[in-house]
Amino acid sequence: MAYKCIVLIKQVPDTSRITGEAMNEDGTVNRGALPAIFNPEDLNALELALEIKEKYGGSVTAVTMGLPSASEVLREALFMGADDAVLVTDRRCAASDTLATSYILTRAAEKIGCDLVLCGRQAIDGDTAQVGPQMAEKLDMPQITYVEEVHELTPSRIVCRRNMGNGWQRTACKLPVLLTVTDQANEPRIGAARRIMKYKNAKTPAEISKEGGSDEDIREMKNKGLLIGQLNLDDVQADLQWCGRDGSPTKVHRIMSVVLTAKESKEVDSSAQGINDMVHELIEDHTIG
Amino acid sequence: MIEVNRQGEVWVFAEQHLGKVEDIAFELLGRARELADKLGVKVGAVIAGDSIKSVCEELIQYGADKVYTVENNLLEHYQTNSYTKVLCALIEKHKPQIVLYGASPVGRDLAPRVASKMKAGLTADCTDLQIGNHEIKKTGEKHENLLLQIRPAFGGNIIATIINYDRWPQMATVREGVMPMPEPDSKRKGEVIDESVSLSAEDLPIEIIEEVRREKSVNLKASRIIVAGGAGVGSKENFRMIWDLANALGGVPAATRAAADLGYIGKDYQVGQTGTTVRPSLYIAIGLSGAIQHQAGMSESKKIIAVNNDPDAPIFDVAHYKVCGDLNEVVPQMIKAVKEKV
Repeated sequence: MAYKCIVLIKQVPDTSRITGEAMNEDGTVNRGALPAIFNPEDLNALELALEIKEKYGGSVTAVTMGLPSASEVLREALFMGADDAVLVTDRRCAASDTLATSYILTRAAEKIGCDLVLCGRQAIDGDTAQVGPQMAEKLDMPQITYVEEVHELTPSRIVCRRNMGNGWQRTACKLPVLLTVTDQANEPRIGAARRIMKYKNAKTPAEISKEGGSDEDIREMKNKGLLIGQLNLDDVQADLQWCGRDGSPTKVHRIMSVVLTAKESKEVDSSAQGINDMVHELIEDHTIG
Repeated sequence: MIEVNRQGEVWVFAEQHLGKVEDIAFELLGRARELADKLGVKVGAVIAGDSIKSVCEELIQYGADKVYTVENNLLEHYQTNSYTKVLCALIEKHKPQIVLYGASPVGRDLAPRVASKMKAGLTADCTDLQIGNHEIKKTGEKHENLLLQIRPAFGGNIIATIINYDRWPQMATVREGVMPMPEPDSKRKGEVIDESVSLSAEDLPIEIIEEVRREKSVNLKASRIIVAGGAGVGSKENFRMIWDLANALGGVPAATRAAADLGYIGKDYQVGQTGTTVRPSLYIAIGLSGAIQHQAGMSESKKIIAVNNDPDAPIFDVAHYKVCGDLNEVVPQMIKAVKEKV
């Protein structure tokens, strides 16, 4: 039994490297000033999908929704071992919140077809962990969130261990199912040199056209297995009322950049006397003792 | 999707495990009470499970006016699909204006599923909730008395306030430990309402083969004094100093993610965005730079002492007492001073 796996990946700004320059004056984040990376836990999801494929056969399709430049993470997915890659891109996706995103990705997953859907537990730009479960509901699939390990996979059933924060659960479920994967699940592999040499030239139709390529060139890339699939909202037959800003119930009321400061602060001399005085003061005001 | 209902109640999903209500439900009830009083509506707690009658009184004491119970042996263990069905059925029937969930593994599994089915908005991991107004600048359209859902984003570098004015209920998950636990009031009166939702095997697609729960080895949230070490402490052996100072003060040790990842101390001791959120009387930050992700978990502490040899460490921006020096000299001196005086 071979499984058709879809892995949802996201290109995210590297929030661990935000500096002052990355903040706009109005408190919003200047995404352009941040390096764009493969969302870390999506690497774990892809690794798990590849391990499932190696053990049981089948295929792995990496799917992302994003700007045309998000094709970069799809190439990385191909380097690691994905069989196919699909970019869902459309101006009308802009300003989608998690609900609208889950709707659009559900339409794409239904068009591509799948037995298993895997995604990272959460993305480091929003940390919401919502799109996976929201998709599972729309796909009418059960979900297993916070997967740490797959113990067993048979034609009809998957057994996983999931992290419950203060413990764990071993759960079984019939296929199809949607899994969200944590960074504890595995050590994502590095792209193989042979695959990097081949797939560094993989492109979306839009990238080929932009470089002056014709439809003939696109067909040729497809024959060579180097074409990254591209879908817009019409291709996935999305109902526009559930996409983009209109499809997003949550709106931003205000954004503030974080400037934390203590109200009153004191420099303490690091000498024995300085430390003694500080401790004394804290005893006096009943903070300690 | 339910219509906008200004008289709708403020609801809390009361997470329970084996008949014991989780702390986060009480924390949520405390804030729900304030929000509902501002809106002039009632607070409802929703609890599902097998035998849960005994805890209804407790939910009332912590602030619920009404407790909606769904008792069914199929609900003994949390499952995504069955609980989603229960929540959606009750939301459609009673049309609350706000529904709050803990940002726990259960709440974060359930709430998005409910939001997806109800086509409602959901904001994850809120650290504050308020009631306020919103004006759409382009059209001048005004929306009053909305739930302001406040949360850090972009790794804690910004604080975003999210609203949803046209598709209800307004829903949010809230981080554990960020809302103060209210005092229970044994005189409070409330109403217990039995509800039933029909369930079948189809609503239970998951088989739970084995479950292991472990109590955290430390209760950071309940500690008045916390002594936290970062990667700058240097080694597991050196981390002994953090324990010693904590012991001398009658507090508990803690760590940054970096220090926990280095194995200086267990993950249960981790404070910050991916660890526990704390608000002790005194937080002593030693050998930690104060990455925004760490500050997200401790900046509400009443007093903060920072010990670091880098005068530009961001932790000094939030510290009340700034000790710039070598921690290998400062910490033993602090231990000595405490032992002499306390």
